[in-house]
Amino acid sequence: MKWLPTIARLALLALLVAFVTSPGWFEPLLKPLTENNAPAIYNQGSLLTLTLLHLRTVAIATLAAIVVAVGLAILVTRPFGAEFLPLSRSLVNIGQTFPPVAVLALAVPAVGFGEKPTLIALFLYGLLPIFENALTGLTTLPANVVEAARGAGMTPAQRLVKVELPLALPVMLAGVRLSVVISLATATIGSTVAAKTLGEVIIAGLLSNNLAFVLQGGLIVAAIAVLIHDGFLALERMAARRMGRER
Amino acid sequence: MGTRFDKLGAVIAAIAAYACLFAPFATFRANRIVPGEARSMLESLPPAAGWALMAIVTAAALVALLRTPLMLRLGASLAALVALAVLIGVAGSFLTPQDNTYARVSPAHGFWLLVFAFTLLLADVLTRLALSPWARMLTLAGAAACLGLLLASGSWDSLSILREYAGRADSFRAEGGKHLTLALGSLAAAAIVGLPLGILCHRVDALRAGVLNVLNVIQTIPSIALFGLLIAPLGWIAAHVPGAAALGIRGIGTAPAFLALFLYSLLPVVANTVVGLAGVPRAANDAARGMGMTGRQRLLRVELPLALPVILTGIRIVLVQNIGLATIAALIGGGGFGVFVFQGIGQMAMDLVLLGALPTVALAFAAAIVLDAVVELTSIRKSEVPS
Repeated sequence: MKWLPTIARLALLALLVAFVTSPGWFEPLLKPLTENNAPAIYNQGSLLTLTLLHLRTVAIATLAAIVVAVGLAILVTRPFGAEFLPLSRSLVNIGQTFPPVAVLALAVPAVGFGEKPTLIALFLYGLLPIFENALTGLTTLPANVVEAARGAGMTPAQRLVKVELPLALPVMLAGVRLSVVISLATATIGSTVAAKTLGEVIIAGLLSNNLAFVLQGGLIVAAIAVLIHDGFLALERMAARRMGRER
Repeated sequence: MGTRFDKLGAVIAAIAAYACLFAPFATFRANRIVPGEARSMLESLPPAAGWALMAIVTAAALVALLRTPLMLRLGASLAALVALAVLIGVAGSFLTPQDNTYARVSPAHGFWLLVFAFTLLLADVLTRLALSPWARMLTLAGAAACLGLLLASGSWDSLSILREYAGRADSFRAEGGKHLTLALGSLAAAAIVGLPLGILCHRVDALRAGVLNVLNVIQTIPSIALFGLLIAPLGWIAAHVPGAAALGIRGIGTAPAFLALFLYSLLPVVANTVVGLAGVPRAANDAARGMGMTGRQRLLRVELPLALPVILTGIRIVLVQNIGLATIAALIGGGGFGVFVFQGIGQMAMDLVLLGALPTVALAFAAAIVLDAVVELTSIRKSEVPS
């Protein structure tokens, strides 16, 4: 019984890979959903390419967001940037009330259509959960550990790299997970501003009234999101175990 | 030397200086889709107003830059924001040629940067003032009243966003109503189903992990994918279950959007109900039992009131999330402010995008402030009750 969830996830992964690499195999399953002999498998581009582009967009935006958000969190938790700490907390709260779609749509006038507004929206919106969690991680460290590090004669830089960041890692990873899940969803909507992502399949299905497209696009995106979410949860558990902070 | 300057103020002053001197204040377009021509602050306003705005912005930036009393900073940020709000309307009528209904004047990025800079200052002051919940709601009401006054006075009527609005005032109201119905209706449905489900999960251990896992997976599925996945089953129900179509259940439109928002809303409601009930002190429960309360009395008079702040936090998450997600319902014909956003994207008319996006942001923001205040008020009351 304990292995059941793992096996289910592996099966889902295998199914996902099979679907995006050889969608033809699944045509008979989707055919009943189409009308007037419409194609059952997305035919305006390769599903594999779209999947990889989707993942690439999310990866680029998330990596940039991690660098900036963790950098900012480190800055406002040092004595130099302490003045910004209360404001940055309220800014994150305000920022998170902005709907991702609004951020996406508002980026278009600034940079035009295509992948750019999507990357900007993903980056800006991805910053918030990572920053918030990095802040939580860095401000709720056990005081005795930090004291001990100071007592051992570590410099502030050593304390940050060897003690504070590793201890905050599990909480930061949770922030990255939230950010990635939101980004996967926002990237899907990105195809309304002409970014090449899996949203294209769903939108094409909605426009041509082709349920098979809508369903396959939705299923691929949903499977990717669930698998990545679970992957991050496993990573967090590993990081927490290594830090001796059992969750 | 270094201590006499405010670090945040330095950032604000730098943004304001750049916005005043190098960035365009307004954009003029001969019609709604041609590329615009940038106009600086002094070009967009009558000379007296232009210099007055320049002076107000400079003075407010100086107040921000130096270490000044909190109340002065509050006054400076408010003065700058009000001046910007009033004068962008003046710029609109100043730049639009007489009797020209095709020309469009919209705020350019210099204006938005200035608004951003002084909102930052205002946010910093309000954070440091640490207002009480009631004061925060009053501030929000005041801001809403000012906004309403500006809109009603017609001083913004020459701006492009309101030109877009003027052409579709009726559909704006209709879509706004649909947006609220979707966001609030699905929240109400989620509360009606989620609260009992949460209570059940709290009582029955075997159920808890399973239900929360399923809801977690649903929450992970991207919105447009979930909307899409619901179209097929709802379409099937509409076609095969007698009476379903008459109830408004259809594959496309409001039904899948409502159902998707409802499903997304369940996790925060159920999870927070479980967490809230689990956090009820054992002593309170024992005391209630000692007084001879029945299980139902304990639930209604002790457990739920004590868990209320946590449950309300869940409701707050749901409401803010739903107001944002309802925008996407427009893609499957569900209506809402998203209609304008996606129409605007399709026509490359950014003012139309703003017409859909700005009310959504304002609604989500107001909902967050009000519910945060309510959460705080309920937790204060709880701690005043002698335990």
